[in-house]
Amino acid sequence: MTRYLLRHETILALLTVGALFTLAMLSDRFFTASNLLNQGRLMSEIGLIALAMTFIIVTGGIDLSVGSILGLTAILLGVFWKNLGLPLPLAAIAAIACGTASGFANGLIITRFKVPPLIATLGTLALYRGLAEGISEARSVRGYPEWFFFLGQGEILGVPVQLWILGIATVIAAVILGMTPFGRAVYAIGANETAARFSGIRVDSAKLWIYTAAGFLSALAAIIFVSRVTTTRSDMGTGWELDVITGVVLGGTSIFGGKGTIIGTALGLILIQALKNGLALSGVKGDGTIVVIGLVLIAAILASALIDRNKSG
Amino acid sequence: MTTETVPLPAPPSALRRFVSDYGQEIVVLLAIAALFVVVGAVNPRFLSDTNINSIFAGNAYIAIAAIGMSMVIISGHIDVSVGSLIGVIATIAGTLAVKGYPIWIAWFVPILFAIAVNAAVGALIAYTRIPSIVVTLGMLSILKGGLISATAGEWISNLPPGFMIAQMRLFGIPSAVYFMVALTILAALFMRYSDFGRAIYAVGGNLEAARAAGVDPERTVIGVFALHGLFAGIAGILFATHLQVIQSTVPPNLELTVITASVIGGVSILGGTGTVIGSTLAAILFSVINSALIFLNVSAYWLRAVLGLLILATVLADMARRRQALR
Repeated sequence: MTRYLLRHETILALLTVGALFTLAMLSDRFFTASNLLNQGRLMSEIGLIALAMTFIIVTGGIDLSVGSILGLTAILLGVFWKNLGLPLPLAAIAAIACGTASGFANGLIITRFKVPPLIATLGTLALYRGLAEGISEARSVRGYPEWFFFLGQGEILGVPVQLWILGIATVIAAVILGMTPFGRAVYAIGANETAARFSGIRVDSAKLWIYTAAGFLSALAAIIFVSRVTTTRSDMGTGWELDVITGVVLGGTSIFGGKGTIIGTALGLILIQALKNGLALSGVKGDGTIVVIGLVLIAAILASALIDRNKSG
Repeated sequence: MTTETVPLPAPPSALRRFVSDYGQEIVVLLAIAALFVVVGAVNPRFLSDTNINSIFAGNAYIAIAAIGMSMVIISGHIDVSVGSLIGVIATIAGTLAVKGYPIWIAWFVPILFAIAVNAAVGALIAYTRIPSIVVTLGMLSILKGGLISATAGEWISNLPPGFMIAQMRLFGIPSAVYFMVALTILAALFMRYSDFGRAIYAVGGNLEAARAAGVDPERTVIGVFALHGLFAGIAGILFATHLQVIQSTVPPNLELTVITASVIGGVSILGGTGTVIGSTLAAILFSVINSALIFLNVSAYWLRAVLGLLILATVLADMARRRQALR
């Protein structure tokens, strides 16, 4: 029983509940349905990418290029629609295809050429952002039709559209990672790649799928982002890679691989978003909240490291 | 029966050993030389004193930060917070200078602050065994948030003229270049010949073996991070003094640019190998490419894409070279 109680996810859940409670006490505007749903809207883009990032970090890899893929996809959406004159739905599909291909390219560089993921995606971070800057020449695209904003600003049954997407994607990701042979293969690769290879797991193909999925989800997040903010710019998503990784790591996924859950990631993201919003509502300036997030990250990881040590000791 | 003596393989010649030890550094150096020759032939103004000075001085602070980063990566760790740290250093230095403290205090107090912060980070990493990327991700948030809250986005201007150390010149060459060259040479000698330098390689190569050989890994990691703080502090002062004002932000993704310089310079992300000379050469290479694109009339918007392609090409070439070396 104590073993379950002392899991990182449990600590995190308690921390999240505690934070929600405290923030609700501090500001009466925090714990309202409309505010919470709106916060869900704001965390959807990072959340989608974090799902794929969880898989990647569980395999012992990392992807620093997700923010750049988001920026590139957003730019391509504008170019396909405005400059090439494609109908918007087709432009969106084509842009998502390109974003997915960017993720696939990451996977190829990592699996075929055995480049460490940190370096490979450090390179593609610069390349994809560079393509976005070069193609757009710093021009932004505006004037999207009204119906397109449904994705980023609309509601279904009173819940923001992208929160539905994030919810469904989270369930799918949790099932794949927690309950399928593929999920077990992902953990096996992260725990010991060589052993996984010898036990017949198709390591390279699994990794290729995961990095491609990261490209796809970053691209999807790009379309949602453009729909929410109604404009396209080449610097969209700059620095998001570190925000995403912070959420995943706060969620208890080990940066060395082999350990981590989607529930943990979801909790990590909720805690970060709640802190950002709740502290802002209680009068802390926007940038002070970043400081708190940094402290919480270190404290949470420290706590679970200490508990781990006591358990084994 | 006659015993046949198997001839021992001839010891590798000095030249060959040099090439295999410094392979990546040589590649980067050749790339720099090739760019100078080609772009200089197309547009001779590329080789003017002014341009060469600005090429070497422009990225000096990145090169100096990359020296410390290389040491950290060689020890098997990483630091993603260095960009924010440089911004914090610059702001502290500027604030002290504007408030009328003696110039030397405005230079040295921020550097001591950087050393202290990073030594604390190193201690946290060494004794709690929390991965360095996690601790420094947290530090990134803390420093970045602290910086923006403290400055509220305001720039610091009206800096006293004596404060601008990066703009001082000796024999027509900006002081930043002297700092870059001197610190690189000192750090290279230190890494190669001092006990502590070797301990850094040992800890990054094989921690348990290093411990067995009498190296104290915890102290080494703290020392590496403190040294890294020293270099980041100097880089921050040069960054603070290279313009007439201090902006409240650093270039986006600065930490990743610094890490990229280390990696392109041949430091293995897995720890244990690489030199600080390579990372300085790589930082210079970035600056050369930047300038070359302008002189070749390539739109500045494509700069980052070219840099990305270059990183990938260098890494792939390095992988191919290593595979050949294994054969």
